[in-house]
Amino acid sequence: MVVASLINWHLVWSRITNPNTVFVHALWATVYISIVAQVLGIVLGLIAALMRMSVFKPLRFLSGLYVLVFRGTPVLVQIMFFWLIIPGRVFDFGAFTLKQEVVAGILALGINEGAYMREIIRAGIDSIDRGQMEAAKSLGMRYGLSMRRVVLPQAARVIVPPLGNEFNNMMKTSSLVYIIGVYELFSDAEQVYSSSFNVAPFVAVAFWYLVLTSIWSFFQALIERKLAVSEHGDELSLRDRAVAIWTEGGGMVRAAWPWRARS
Amino acid sequence: MSTPASSGLVMRAVEVHKRFGRQHVLKGVSLDVMPGETVCIIGTSGSGKTTFLRCINHLEKIDSGSIEVNGHPIGYRKKNGKLVEDSQRNIARQRTEIGFVFQRFNLFPHRTALENVIEAPVHVRGVAKAQAIAEAERLLARVGLGDKKDAYPGKLSGGQQQRVAIARSLAMKPALMLFDEPTSALDPEVTGEVLDVMEELAHEGTTMIVVTHEMGFAKRAADRVVMMDEGVIIEEGPPEHFFESPTHERTKAFLSKIL
Repeated sequence: MVVASLINWHLVWSRITNPNTVFVHALWATVYISIVAQVLGIVLGLIAALMRMSVFKPLRFLSGLYVLVFRGTPVLVQIMFFWLIIPGRVFDFGAFTLKQEVVAGILALGINEGAYMREIIRAGIDSIDRGQMEAAKSLGMRYGLSMRRVVLPQAARVIVPPLGNEFNNMMKTSSLVYIIGVYELFSDAEQVYSSSFNVAPFVAVAFWYLVLTSIWSFFQALIERKLAVSEHGDELSLRDRAVAIWTEGGGMVRAAWPWRARS
Repeated sequence: MSTPASSGLVMRAVEVHKRFGRQHVLKGVSLDVMPGETVCIIGTSGSGKTTFLRCINHLEKIDSGSIEVNGHPIGYRKKNGKLVEDSQRNIARQRTEIGFVFQRFNLFPHRTALENVIEAPVHVRGVAKAQAIAEAERLLARVGLGDKKDAYPGKLSGGQQQRVAIARSLAMKPALMLFDEPTSALDPEVTGEVLDVMEELAHEGTTMIVVTHEMGFAKRAADRVVMMDEGVIIEEGPPEHFFESPTHERTKAFLSKIL
């Protein structure tokens, strides 16, 4: 009760029902920074996972070093680091331009994420029976083709649920890039706070993050359903799956996959 | 050593040795297989018969000796007079000539029966998809699964899965088919349907090496039966000979236990 009375609910309400243009830009920044950083993380994670499984020792060593450094240090420090070492003000990609702090933020978040994705992807690949690779090889498929056509599509089913949780995290963690001056959801709230000195904009921004993660839960349910259906037919309704991901972070959904119970 | 004497052979193994750490699994195995021949390898578990089969398509590396399929050494090539492991590309190409049927089928669970069969022809051989599908449908019909082509492996019985696996290997038109205890993981009531398919292949002149415990199959389908024990071939001969009058003590003991 005391806490609730400290919140300017009128301001919260107006931040939710009357988003201004600046806010929409901030929301969009959070979305695209998260998506690009996550994609970067997946790519780096896959490369690092394959390096980790290589017969060539230096590659395994590099992969280990990567995880050691980026999982062992705060992402906030990494964000500052990339901001300080990346030169220039604006990056021109032809079709669009990105500010230096946005590039630094995406790189830091993506490279950090790759270290976590490596373990997730490796566990996914490890979960696939060795016989699958042998069957592919015995048909004359080379390592790359076997991975791409046989192992990874199956590993994807194991990888997707934790990947979804990683992206949920990413959308929230991306708020840290406000420290290097990226204008995104949290910066926007901080801006309003500095002129109102009320906790209201943070309550409102929490709501907006909740909207983003909830929308994502739905998409995650769609993807997981598609992966499950192609093999066995889904015995979970989309609604049950979405609610499970939304409220329990996907663990329950994974356990409900019949093919996982089998292996 | 692609001498004229060996050029008519589908497979020639000479003095193959294989160690797993300190365990000496193959102690000089030599075997020739003629075109159209069906050779059954029998023996107790741990005799090295599965390892030998896996060496033939280089799923296991050999430590010494040589294996040739169609006159080409498998997995190794001569470089400055020394044998070195061959490139991934060459090993993969050699494997297209060798079909392998696994004890546990190893079908791709994320693809339908038909997709399993066309996978390698399309993505390894570069066969046009329509042509590969037509061929795959023919092969699936041949193993009695024409109506199951759109089923995922998870929906098929073990016997059906193994027949799809056979069709998948045949789709590459291999010169040699290897079977690694193809019915050992099956329920007794469905082993027959798989053995029937294999027997038919044998009678049609497919060159096959079959590691098996199914003595009935060996009697009916084999041109030659080979007994392995502790990493060496101790006896071989045509089935009627082999089963009626085995000469080696270990063979007699093994057969008396299993028959």
